[in-house]
Amino acid sequence: MTELSYAAIRRRKTRIKAALTGGVGLVLCLMFVLFGQATSNNQTRSNTLAISGPWEFTSLEPSKQGYIYTRMNILETLLNVDTKGALIPGLARTWQSSADEKTWTLTLQPNVLFQDGSPLNASAVVSALRIAQGKHGVLKKAPIKAIRVKNPQQVEMVLSQPHTVLPALLAHYSTAILAPSAYNQEGVVSRLIGSGAYQLDTFAPPHKLTVKANPTYWGVKPSIEYAQYLTGHRAESRILQAKSGEADIVYTLDAAMLEQLSRADNVVVHSDAIPRTLLLKLNAGHPFLGSVEARQALSLAINRPAIAEQVLHVAEAASDQIFASSMGAWYLDQPQENYSLEKAASLLAGLGWQKDDQGWLVRDGKRFQLTLTTYADRPELTTVSTALQDQWKRLGVDLKVDVTNSSMIPSRHADNTLEVALIARNLGVIADPVSLIANEYTQGGGDWGAMNWHSTQVDQALERLTTQSDPVQAKRDAQLVATAIYQEKPVISVANYQQHNAVNTRIKGYQFDPFLRDYFINKMELVDHVDAH
Amino acid sequence: MWTLIKHRIFQLILVVWGVGTLTFVLMRSLPGDMAYRIAASRYGQDSVDSDAAELVRQELGLDASWWQSYLHWLVDLMQFNLGASLVSGLPVIETVQHQLGHSVLLAFTSVLLASLIAILVGVLSAFRQGTLDHSFLWLSTLLRSMPVFVIGLMLILVFAVAWPILPVAGFGTWQHLVLPTVALALSLAAVSNRVVRNNTLKVIRAPFYQFAAIKGLSPSQTFVQHGIRNISVPVIVFIGIQLVTVIEGIVMIESLFSWPGIGHGLAHAIFARDIPVIQGCALMMGVLFVLLNTCVDLLCHWIDPRGAQA
Repeated sequence: MTELSYAAIRRRKTRIKAALTGGVGLVLCLMFVLFGQATSNNQTRSNTLAISGPWEFTSLEPSKQGYIYTRMNILETLLNVDTKGALIPGLARTWQSSADEKTWTLTLQPNVLFQDGSPLNASAVVSALRIAQGKHGVLKKAPIKAIRVKNPQQVEMVLSQPHTVLPALLAHYSTAILAPSAYNQEGVVSRLIGSGAYQLDTFAPPHKLTVKANPTYWGVKPSIEYAQYLTGHRAESRILQAKSGEADIVYTLDAAMLEQLSRADNVVVHSDAIPRTLLLKLNAGHPFLGSVEARQALSLAINRPAIAEQVLHVAEAASDQIFASSMGAWYLDQPQENYSLEKAASLLAGLGWQKDDQGWLVRDGKRFQLTLTTYADRPELTTVSTALQDQWKRLGVDLKVDVTNSSMIPSRHADNTLEVALIARNLGVIADPVSLIANEYTQGGGDWGAMNWHSTQVDQALERLTTQSDPVQAKRDAQLVATAIYQEKPVISVANYQQHNAVNTRIKGYQFDPFLRDYFINKMELVDHVDAH
Repeated sequence: MWTLIKHRIFQLILVVWGVGTLTFVLMRSLPGDMAYRIAASRYGQDSVDSDAAELVRQELGLDASWWQSYLHWLVDLMQFNLGASLVSGLPVIETVQHQLGHSVLLAFTSVLLASLIAILVGVLSAFRQGTLDHSFLWLSTLLRSMPVFVIGLMLILVFAVAWPILPVAGFGTWQHLVLPTVALALSLAAVSNRVVRNNTLKVIRAPFYQFAAIKGLSPSQTFVQHGIRNISVPVIVFIGIQLVTVIEGIVMIESLFSWPGIGHGLAHAIFARDIPVIQGCALMMGVLFVLLNTCVDLLCHWIDPRGAQA
């Protein structure tokens, strides 16, 4: 029986008040703790550059998400890359090899301090490079015998065989130089201390990090006090961040949505070519794909201009070669292959393929059926896959599309179950693509390149490119490799990538790095106050 | 009441073991090589290759048998250690704390706002039958038929783009909390206001309620003394269920507003096969589910002790 008295009612009211106060208090505490963690107190709109991009980060390790930290100017590499792909000085002022090209000497910039105040010297660089060598990254694969201190300002790298791309590897984010105090005893990065123009201020993985200007920076001193990077997962959110003026720079906008920004007078859209190619990786060991004619037929049946215009919304992106025009010696200066279903059908007819009543190609009672593996990390891959499915259907090829995780491409390559894969390959991940191409197109191919495809000429050319530094021969070899890939089609190029970025008009000095290593924050200024908020 | 609490503690232990074991078995049963999946999440799509997968396999001992890994997890769990993420290397408890904190905050504020809207609209609809009730029914149907993602986008377009008073996305200030909260609250209130309305109608048409009015109590006295308590129990149960659902399933809102919640974190962990994080998230959600249900039961028991006797 419920107790009914004024005292009981009073008690109940007190309990209700206490419960409500407790609840509200809990929510307020939670807000205080969470908001307090994520925001730096001194940040204001007028002293902070807000950047938005689709990339998440979970670790401080340069071998994992080092690209975020080099882009945000926290970490620096020994060498840098200019917009044309040429190596330029970074933390190393000069770099030169011995006559036998087995020993490289790097001379460091003078008077460089890490963000903790310690000096950048040969000993710190050697320590950082040795740690990088032990982790996944480009140094691990290089034929490095020893990394040692030559004198306080010079580092010596001794190789077991000549490796011409070594300087380019030293511009890769996984070789960024951190202060000795950044590592714990196991060599794991416990604090992000580099030598860049900005130092880490707040770190809230996987979405947000804030950097603060480093007053002791040795290079171009930053004028913007803070910069903040926020992961915007959805393209819709990112474009609205640009439109509203909330983000000053928004990287990687969806081309189909750019129209939305055409009427925004506070935003300028920059579209730049990047050395990433949309390509089909073919298993040349597959019974249907073994002959060059079959692969050429599949290439001829791709209507690239239609895909570029209707699916990618960038008409000039269509490309039948994997190397973009920005890749110098690797680019083949020739007209594009024309879409020709008749020619493709005739090539396949020559191989014994005939159409059945339903329009599918059949040979020896077997239908020309393939499974295309792709992944959803990049939304355009799935739509291009279905466009290819439709285009190849017109040829009589039955293409099944399997959308899965990106790791299934190397995994299925390793167990030889891959038939066709649609991938977006960044050929500029290392400034000089030689080592990447050598890994992926020699000895039968590699995880993200050819598969069961052998070319002695290409193997020899890439061997020369890796070990010899004669520029004339190097150009000849690069053209030889590019031509062989173009003609024999172990991979088929569909389009080159363009990156669309939105930049607020209050930013002065915006620059774009096609190799995606640097946001050049220290070279930008905020022209106040064209402020949307 | 103590029996209920004892039962729930026992349930909690069972849920922790059950959820952890189930997620372990399910994740291990998925096709594909774990090492490649983890390597792809660690190093990014451009850097994942067979060497990276081999490195991951060696480092994490992925060749160990399933029962060894399971036993290892169980021993750690008994020491309240959820392990470290296979992708980031960070302790799972840190990741879960960060994400769950944001999810709970968003869930609490949105359910609180949804309850305020629902109670106001529901009670008003019940007392003012006719055009007003029909209008709210249409509005509720319209809001419920729209995915919460669309409501969020509309709010952004109005309050962040056309009339820029609130941020589009992000977290860290109270302003960032407003739009996701309102988007979720509108979607939740679209259903809960009908629950409130129906229960209010049921109560105000009940003989005991009409008797209270006949015996001379004013409408407000009748409602306060005899209405609120009787309407509350089913409404609180419904809101409790909504709260749990919101904490677990607001991935779209988290993605749209770049809100670092547990739904989004769990989805990423599943893609990456980050088993310790999946187990940690699922486990915390299971614990939260039991705790919230216990709170709802205790609250209902307090409001209407007859429930316990039944």
